[in-house]
Amino acid sequence: MKADPKGVLTGEHYLDGDHACTEGALAAGCRFIAGYPITPSTEVVERFAARIPLVGGIFIQMEDELGAMAAIVGGAWGGKKVMTVTSGPGFSLMMENIGLAVMMETPCVVINVQRGGPSTGLPTMTGQQDMMQARWGSHGDYEIIALSPASPQETFEYTIKCFNLAEKYRVPVLLMMDECVGHMTEKVVIPKADEIDVFYRKLTKLPPEKYLPYKPNENLVPDMIVAGEGYRIHTTGLTHDEKGYPVMTAEVQDKLVRRLCDKINKNADDIIELEEENIEDADIIVMAYGITSRVTIPAITKAREKGLKVGFIKMITVWPFPEKRVRQLAKKVKAFVMPEINLGQVVLELERVVCGQAKVLHVPHAGGNVHDPEDIYKVIQEAAK
Amino acid sequence: MSKQNGNVPEHPMENILRMDRIPHIWCATCGIGTAVSCFAQALQNTDYPLDKTAVVSGIGCTGRVAGYVKLDSFHSTHGRAIPFATGLKLSNPELKVIVFSGDGDLISIGGNHFIHAARRNMDLKIFCVNNFTYAMTGGQCAPTTPIGANASTTPYGNSDTPFNLPLLAASCGAVYVARWTSLHIRRLTKAMTEALEKPGFSFVEIIAPCSTLYARRNRLGTGLDLLKFYHDNSEIKHGADLNTLDIDFQKKIIVGKFVDKDKPTFVDNWNNHLKNKLGEKFVPYGPIEASQKS
Repeated sequence: MKADPKGVLTGEHYLDGDHACTEGALAAGCRFIAGYPITPSTEVVERFAARIPLVGGIFIQMEDELGAMAAIVGGAWGGKKVMTVTSGPGFSLMMENIGLAVMMETPCVVINVQRGGPSTGLPTMTGQQDMMQARWGSHGDYEIIALSPASPQETFEYTIKCFNLAEKYRVPVLLMMDECVGHMTEKVVIPKADEIDVFYRKLTKLPPEKYLPYKPNENLVPDMIVAGEGYRIHTTGLTHDEKGYPVMTAEVQDKLVRRLCDKINKNADDIIELEEENIEDADIIVMAYGITSRVTIPAITKAREKGLKVGFIKMITVWPFPEKRVRQLAKKVKAFVMPEINLGQVVLELERVVCGQAKVLHVPHAGGNVHDPEDIYKVIQEAAK
Repeated sequence: MSKQNGNVPEHPMENILRMDRIPHIWCATCGIGTAVSCFAQALQNTDYPLDKTAVVSGIGCTGRVAGYVKLDSFHSTHGRAIPFATGLKLSNPELKVIVFSGDGDLISIGGNHFIHAARRNMDLKIFCVNNFTYAMTGGQCAPTTPIGANASTTPYGNSDTPFNLPLLAASCGAVYVARWTSLHIRRLTKAMTEALEKPGFSFVEIIAPCSTLYARRNRLGTGLDLLKFYHDNSEIKHGADLNTLDIDFQKKIIVGKFVDKDKPTFVDNWNNHLKNKLGEKFVPYGPIEASQKS
């Protein structure tokens, strides 16, 4: 279906990434945000608070991030498309209820405008240090979807992608922004509503007496309901059967947790998006996400000018990790280079998947600003040796 | 309701309880079952459609209530029943949303949400079973455990001052505040009915026996002995001074209705204020539009 024109601010704008995120959410059909202020993400909810009374919907500033995350899980079951927005410390507080959303299979979007950590760290300065927390932060086994934009325009577009994926797979989808993308102001082109594809969770067509809330379809995702329509379902964070009722056995645990993981992993080809450049003849592939994918470009350009055969993969989706594609390429290339604004997170997954078939070199950076492209260039040179 | 199944008549609460989940997990003589029966009766007393009624619980013995009521029912995380319910209610304002949970869940780990939902006059009905202990985890000290009472984490008796829940709720802005014990089933049912019908943040504290842990550890006898204790030591005092409602160990329990007032809810305030500020440009907030669910 196409976007509801009420939420779409069609035209050319000069927006920072945080504001572009709000517009993406509104265009995607988000009509409920529960938030809590935290630098550098607050502008997202500030703009939503200004816009939503004119669009039709509601905003609540909750008492903390625990409440904000719990509220959007409840809100999703009420029938709205929902989102919350935070940064590192708040992201930590949201983890338990992100797990609840995973377990209840609740479509929701969580924006993390990343800053340097640990702890209070660098509230106004950039980082990409929450990538493994995005992947593993809540307890238990689960799979998650995370995207990472490099510009306000991409933030607008990827926010819509996040909603569509969350609604399609009934899972929290994380938009892992970087502080500098949140606070970078650039041109953002918002298309007409009828040019924006949006997706709403598949609702059951079965009558209440035949409906099983956790009986999956072929794509492993169950059909949902909206509270208040007579289905009188039960859902719980406890291990549960297809009826949604708690069952404390190893067998039911195995069936449920495997499906929760499989519904992401087995649909990885549909979920994962990559942008590839100069891969065909590459000896070296630089992989990057978020702002680092932009900072990498001068380094790659310089390396290619020097005659090095360097290809580039920009990861739109970071989680699930593009295992299949990396495995194919690992057989052909000499080395992978991954710059990240952390001391080694997504690169660990790259190393695991490459599994010794090619060299993997990391370009670490502890945060506070972006890489000097020269540092990335030096590692590309090293990879070529 | 009176349909016969063989020779066994259907349970009169069958349209409200998930009979396929019975027997429940609660111990014999636990007061939670009584609270649920009163709630089921209260729902029948109001004419609000059951299909538009939802229950949210947190974690703990009372947290299991959501699993036994045949309504849209959500068993959320520890302490987060109120914010979960806040989101559910705001997303779908047509719903009547009840939060049914325990004292540890709502007032300790969930205390911040409790006070803020009361401040906002969020249209939620909070039914809080207070058994003076963390029962699900084995009888630890709670923010309601009376001074002197034994708990597994206060082996020499509790020295930590408990909350006076009606005072807390009222001081944060609750529009309806009552306390009854699980002995007072008729009055508790009436309070729950009134709370369900009251727009805004309504709070009913239900003092209930935990004979397995709290009573045993404090040598208070069986569940029946505790009901006898409630019988002999409860004093009905409607409109009592909220400051006098502290509960001391095995002393008098003042019960009654303490607050019943009218105040605009969070959504009323949102609509009134923004209509004032934005005029015709404002899109008033109401029940979910069908166009958003296609």
